[in-house]
Amino acid sequence: MGLEVKDISYSYNEQIIFENISFRVTHGEFIGIIGPNGSGKSTLLKNLYRTLKPKSGTIFLDGKDLYKLTSKKVAKKIGVVGQENTVPFDFKVEEIVAMGRSPYKKLFSSDTIEDREIIKNSLRQIGMEAIANKNYSNLSGGEKQRVLIARVLAQQPEILILDEPTNHLDIHHQLQIFDLIKSLKLTVLAAIHDLNIAALYCDKIFVIKNGKIYKSGSPEEVLTSQLIYEVYGIQADITVHPITRKISVTYLPAGLHV
Amino acid sequence: MKIGISGQIAKKFKNDSPNDSNTRLIVMLLLIVSALSIIFAVGIGPIYVHPSIVFKIMISKIPVISSVIIPDWTQLEENIVWGLRFPRVLLGMIVGASLAITGVAMQALVRNHLADPFILGVSSGASATATLGMIFGVFSFLGTYALSISAFIGAAATIILVYSLSKVNGRVNITQLLLSGVVIAMIMDAITSIITLSAPNALGLHSAAFWMAGSLAGAKWGYLKLPLIVMIICMVILLIHHRALNALLLGEEAAGTLGFNVGRLQKILVLSASLLAGVTISVSGSIGFVGLMVPHLTRLIVGSNHKNVLPVSAILGGILVVWTDVVARTAIAPEELPIGILTALIGGPFFIWLLKKKLKR
Repeated sequence: MGLEVKDISYSYNEQIIFENISFRVTHGEFIGIIGPNGSGKSTLLKNLYRTLKPKSGTIFLDGKDLYKLTSKKVAKKIGVVGQENTVPFDFKVEEIVAMGRSPYKKLFSSDTIEDREIIKNSLRQIGMEAIANKNYSNLSGGEKQRVLIARVLAQQPEILILDEPTNHLDIHHQLQIFDLIKSLKLTVLAAIHDLNIAALYCDKIFVIKNGKIYKSGSPEEVLTSQLIYEVYGIQADITVHPITRKISVTYLPAGLHV
Repeated sequence: MKIGISGQIAKKFKNDSPNDSNTRLIVMLLLIVSALSIIFAVGIGPIYVHPSIVFKIMISKIPVISSVIIPDWTQLEENIVWGLRFPRVLLGMIVGASLAITGVAMQALVRNHLADPFILGVSSGASATATLGMIFGVFSFLGTYALSISAFIGAAATIILVYSLSKVNGRVNITQLLLSGVVIAMIMDAITSIITLSAPNALGLHSAAFWMAGSLAGAKWGYLKLPLIVMIICMVILLIHHRALNALLLGEEAAGTLGFNVGRLQKILVLSASLLAGVTISVSGSIGFVGLMVPHLTRLIVGSNHKNVLPVSAILGGILVVWTDVVARTAIAPEELPIGILTALIGGPFFIWLLKKKLKR
C-alpha cells in the first residue's frame, strides 16, 4: 500500500522534464527528493498530486490508478503544501485551515462540530490557536507556512507531499516545520533544498539529475562527497555528526585548496 | 417562556460559529434596509408619494390583505406607484444584485479584486452581440428571450477571450487582464456604435447611449421575470459551490489538491457570470463598477468566505443601484441621467483607490 510510481515521463513544449521514473513509497516513510534547480523535482511532485498529468506511465495510490480516482478521493489520501502561499483575499487563519475539511464535505453540508474540533486540533498542533482569528495575509512567511500545514492536517491525509516547504524561511522556522512534520508520523514525500535538513529528517533520499533518479537510498548511502560533486558540481566534506549521528555536509568553497 | 424560546433558538444555532450568526444578523438588517429602500425609493420622483401610501398600495396587491385595506389614495398615485416606479425599483434591486454576484464570480475566476463585468469588457461584449442580434434578428426564433440570449453569448465570449488573453504561464496576470479588458471593451463599444448608428430606427429605445450608459427607465413588470429567475438560479449554484470558490482564491493548484474539480468550477463561473451579465445588460444596459465596489465593501464587513459574501453582496448591490437610480431620475429632473454615468462617477475613483491600495501591499 502507499504510492507506487511506474515509468512516468513528463515533457513540456517537447522538452523532456523527466523520463521513466519509477519508485515506491511505503507507509510511514519520510522521503526526501533532492537535486539541483531545474532538475524536475517540482514537476515530478506536481505529477504525483495531479496538477500535471504524466505523458506516459502510471501512478498507483493504494493499488488504484491515481488518475482514475475522483479529486475528492485523492484529496482524502494526499495532502499537499506547495511553494506558493500568497492569498490575494483576506481570510482568517481559521477559515484557511477549515478549507482542509473540503474533501469531506458534500455540496450542501455545513461544518459539523466534529469538523470544528479537527480544525481546532490542527491549529493547536502548530501552536497557533491564539491567532485563529487573525488575518492570514498579515502573517509572516513562517506563520503562513505553518497555517498551510495546519490546513493539510485538517485534511487528514495519509500521504503528505511537500514542495520545498521551508523555502524562504529562516533556520528556526525550517527546523520547527520539519520537526512538526516528522512528529506527525505520516508518509512524507518532500522536495528539499538543504542537504543537511534532508539528512536530518529523511529515511530515504531520491537524487534527481537531468530528469532521472540518479541515486536513491538512505542518507548515508546517498550523500557522499562524490555524489554531491557529480550532481551539484561542488566539493563537500561529509562527516557523521557526533550529536545527531546523522550525515553532516560541509560545503567547501572553490578557493579552498585542501 | 421567553427563556424557553431563546433556548430553542440557541440549540438550533449551536452548530454555527459566531461568525455565521453575525452574518445572519447582517443579512436580516440589510433585508430590512432594502425593504425600506424600496418603499422610499418608489415614493421619490417628480410626483412625491408618501411612503405610507406606497406601503398601503403595495400590500393592497396581496390577495388576502386587499379586502382589509381601504383605498385612500388617488388612481394617479396607484398608477405611478404600481405601474411605473415599483417595477423600476424592483428591477434596480435585481440588476444590482446580479451585477454584484457577477463581480464576485469573476473575481473568484481571476483571483483578483479588480474584476468587474464593466472593467473587463464583458458588458461591452454583451451590448455588441445584443445590438447585432436586434439588427439581424439572428436569435429572433427565441422570441422574447432573444435579446437576453444574444447578450449572454457576447458576455460569455468576452469572458473567455479576456481570461485566456490574461493567462501568462498558466496564471492570470493582472496587467494583461486589465489591459485586455480595456481593449476588448473598446472594440466591442466600437462595434455597438457602428451598428446603432447605421440602423438608427430599428433599435428604438435600445440606442447606443442606452447600452453604453445604462438605464432603468422604461422598466415594466414583464422585464422582471427572466432577470429574477437567472439571478436566483446563479445565486443558488454559486452558493452550493461556496467552498470551492473559497479554495479557488488560494489558487488553482491548491483548489485541486483540496479535492475540487477546477476545470469544471471555472466553467461554472464563466457560465454564471455571463448569464448574469448578459441578462442584466439586456434589460438595463451596462451599469459599471457595481460588481467592483459591492463585493469589496462586503468583504470589509463579512470577510472573504463566499457563503457570506454572496448573499450580502446581492442585497448591498440591490440597495446601491436602487438609490443611485433615485439620484439618476431626480438630480436634473425633469431630465434623467443614465444610471451608468453615476456609478462610473463613484466607481472610477473607487477603482483607483483599490489599485493604489493593492500596489502598496
